[in-house]
Amino acid sequence: MARWRPDLPDRDATPERVWLRRREFLALGAAGAGAALLGGRLLSGRAAAGEPAGAALPVARKVELAGGEKESSWDQITTYNNFYELGTEKGDPAAKAGTLHPRPWTVRIDGEVKRSQTLDVDALIRSFSLEERVYRMRCVEAWSMVIPWVGLPLGELVRRVEPTSRARYVAFQTLLDPEQLPGERRRVLEWPYVEGLRIDEATHPLALLAVGLYGRVLPGQNGAPLRLVVPWKYGFKGAKSIVRITFQEAQPTTTWNLSAPGEYGFYANVNPEVDHPRWSQARERRIGEFLRRKTLPFNGYGDQVASLYAGMDLRKDF
Amino acid sequence: MTSTSKKTRRWPLHAATIAAGLMPIVKIVADGFLGRLGANPIEQIQDRLGFWTLTLLVLSLAATPAHDLLGLTWPARTRRTLGLLAFGYASLHLVWYVAVDQGGDVGLLVQDVAKRKFMTIGFLAWLVLVPLAVTSTSRWVRRLGYVRWKRLHRLVYGAALLGVVHFVWRVKADARVPFMFAGAIGGLLALRLFPRLPRRAAPSAPTSRPAATRAPRVGQLVKRR
Repeated sequence: MARWRPDLPDRDATPERVWLRRREFLALGAAGAGAALLGGRLLSGRAAAGEPAGAALPVARKVELAGGEKESSWDQITTYNNFYELGTEKGDPAAKAGTLHPRPWTVRIDGEVKRSQTLDVDALIRSFSLEERVYRMRCVEAWSMVIPWVGLPLGELVRRVEPTSRARYVAFQTLLDPEQLPGERRRVLEWPYVEGLRIDEATHPLALLAVGLYGRVLPGQNGAPLRLVVPWKYGFKGAKSIVRITFQEAQPTTTWNLSAPGEYGFYANVNPEVDHPRWSQARERRIGEFLRRKTLPFNGYGDQVASLYAGMDLRKDF
Repeated sequence: MTSTSKKTRRWPLHAATIAAGLMPIVKIVADGFLGRLGANPIEQIQDRLGFWTLTLLVLSLAATPAHDLLGLTWPARTRRTLGLLAFGYASLHLVWYVAVDQGGDVGLLVQDVAKRKFMTIGFLAWLVLVPLAVTSTSRWVRRLGYVRWKRLHRLVYGAALLGVVHFVWRVKADARVPFMFAGAIGGLLALRLFPRLPRRAAPSAPTSRPAATRAPRVGQLVKRR
């Protein structure tokens, strides 16, 4: 303000501002246009440089369940992650996954089951014939990928441990260890991360416990050594780095629901009709694509799973 | 001192401000060519444009406290440029959202703004900046009169606060960065509202211009109102 001068003649003041602003706007405009062009170029596939890495898993069977769509690249799947226990930025989990030690690892199975047990994760993996399942993955943030998981059918595990008649829900718990998961030092969410399914959802043939990706052992940032994959639900249902699976009569508490009950429901079925309060769920950006595409009810798995919710108001039970 | 020599003297400061202010754009373009915008470059660019809008707004708001508390005069001379750069980034942020993120569907923007408070408030923040950018010229200062112009331009605090709320509502759980902006803006606002510390240079101290022609300081205007 010290530079305001009431005696400044027009011919002195105006040209300078005009000159300055025109330069700024031209430069901003040109840079913006350049960035836009570039964005288009980038999306046409340069992100797919990295080859799948890590130990190979024995895959007995491959099932393609993403309508033949192009699989997202290894790089896309392993560098763009929501795993807040390893940091809240998309690139954090990949950068910090080194602190997570997924071997040796045990999973406790308890609650309303006849055969409570603590299992070594490699023994668990060996006791199943692994399947590759290519699923669409729809994040609640309105982006999506196509991911070739390797895993074991959750329903088969459920049957093995023999739930009692009181087991109506299954709860999943992520490792609580700020040494391995340094994001847990900050209370952005209530730790440990907990998720849950109704038992009929858990025994649905599409529900998967993933242990691998692209035929390789699951990387830390994707939830090694064991994570839940429920392809008709938003991605946050897929608890990562699971240490405990509990069968219970009461509906389990779930982390995101605890954090924002109006935004993240227990069911969290992909539903283009029910918006997130802050953004639309009608469309999604497939990672690597430019224009958004329409989101499908139940993420396109409605034929298989819609009957689970017959008679329910999915606007209320979102 | 003639205005020509002053202009010459100020030129490097303006050039440096503009150059520094455009660096984030240069970095976006460079990162794009180097493939460093991640798996979702559209979102990454959107977020960076928003981040730099708020950063430039905070820097422009720091000019007056820098003068009043630290006795620095040069930050005030960069303020108009910083403000216009902030408006430029805010406009790109908006244009990027409509033209790229939403594939050019203006109808969706209208729906979003009407329906979602997070979008409403972000759009409002940009809208508040428009009259400030338009009246940023010296000619407009004269046309409105300094007092009214100054009062109008205090709206920049409103725009910054709306921008921060927009950012807080944008994140899902980790609002650390938006809260840092909120803290910075709140702190700068507090410096303006609370009784200021005694100035280093007393009013009687020699200045480059006679005291009578000096522009009134904001603090004085506030008291007078």
